Amino acid sequence: MSTVLERVTKVIIDRLGVDENEVKLEASFREDLGADSLDVVELVMELEDEFDMEISDEDAEQISTVGSAVKYIESKQG
Amino acid sequence: MRDLIQLKDKNIVVMGVANERSIAWGVAKSLFEVGANVIFTYRKERSLGKIEKLLKDNNLEAKLVVECDVNSDDSIKSAFGQIGSEVGVIHGVVHSVAFAHAEDLKGDFLQTSREGYAFAQDTSAYSLIAAAREATPFMTEGGSIVTMTYLGAERVLEGYNVMGIAKASLEASVKYLALDLGKNNVRINAVSAGAIRTLAAKGISSFNTILHQIEEKAPLKRNVTQQEVGDMTVALLSNLSSGVTGEVIFVDSGYNIMG
Repeated sequence: MSTVLERVTKVIIDRLGVDENEVKLEASFREDLGADSLDVVELVMELEDEFDMEISDEDAEQISTVGSAVKYIESKQG
Repeated sequence: MRDLIQLKDKNIVVMGVANERSIAWGVAKSLFEVGANVIFTYRKERSLGKIEKLLKDNNLEAKLVVECDVNSDDSIKSAFGQIGSEVGVIHGVVHSVAFAHAEDLKGDFLQTSREGYAFAQDTSAYSLIAAAREATPFMTEGGSIVTMTYLGAERVLEGYNVMGIAKASLEASVKYLALDLGKNNVRINAVSAGAIRTLAAKGISSFNTILHQIEEKAPLKRNVTQQEVGDMTVALLSNLSSGVTGEVIFVDSGYNIMG
């Protein structure tokens, strides 16, 4: 079973077309990984599918870095 | 055997693929399955990249991919002119395009700005009229145009706001266009799709609530898929619907009939 980080990393690589070594916990989707606002929405939708969860708009706004995505998903999986 | 569909090798223009979740992409996939020649229009380089990747990943080949900014008459004219000169005859057009400013999809409809109202109408409703006008000179063998609408055109759905008005205008335009286009044996209809998780739908703040309401209340007790909307669109483009024009067809698990 892959960890949340591994699964999130895979989604980010697929979606943003970046290299695995760029996907660090502190990396910002917009500033470091070259995502635009639509990329971020797409990424959130992919994460919803991958983890079979709903991420509200308010929560989605908090997800701006790799680490914040992982932390959010882990908190919801409890 | 009778060919009920009659779409093989027909030239169909698909407007509005933004990514793999787009309803337009669902329609395109169904069209490829029945052997149609699919022509894509895109507005942004971003979408062009997505279309190219989707075609490559799915091992499909577009007949043509053309830039078209639906907010510009010149761009629409030049896009259809280019399509017409390359393929000769256009047999169908799928209009799956809509946009409203994010601020007009939040809070009270009462606060809709004049500019935001006009922009939603221009992009989501007028674009159909302009596309139909530029496409029809090339629809010399008759044909069919299909646009995408939503229940928010008829009923009040919280948060759909200015887009509901644009869709109401789109549906009325379908009826008026049907009269004009009928003279040339061109049909036009709208598919009112149930809620589908597209990039555009994510802009509607109440979207997740809407999805759950459908699962609870609709006769089929589930949401519809991109493929189901694609298949009905193909039916409306095909010979199967040769007597149908000016209609709004719901593909929504029956949700709209419920009280």
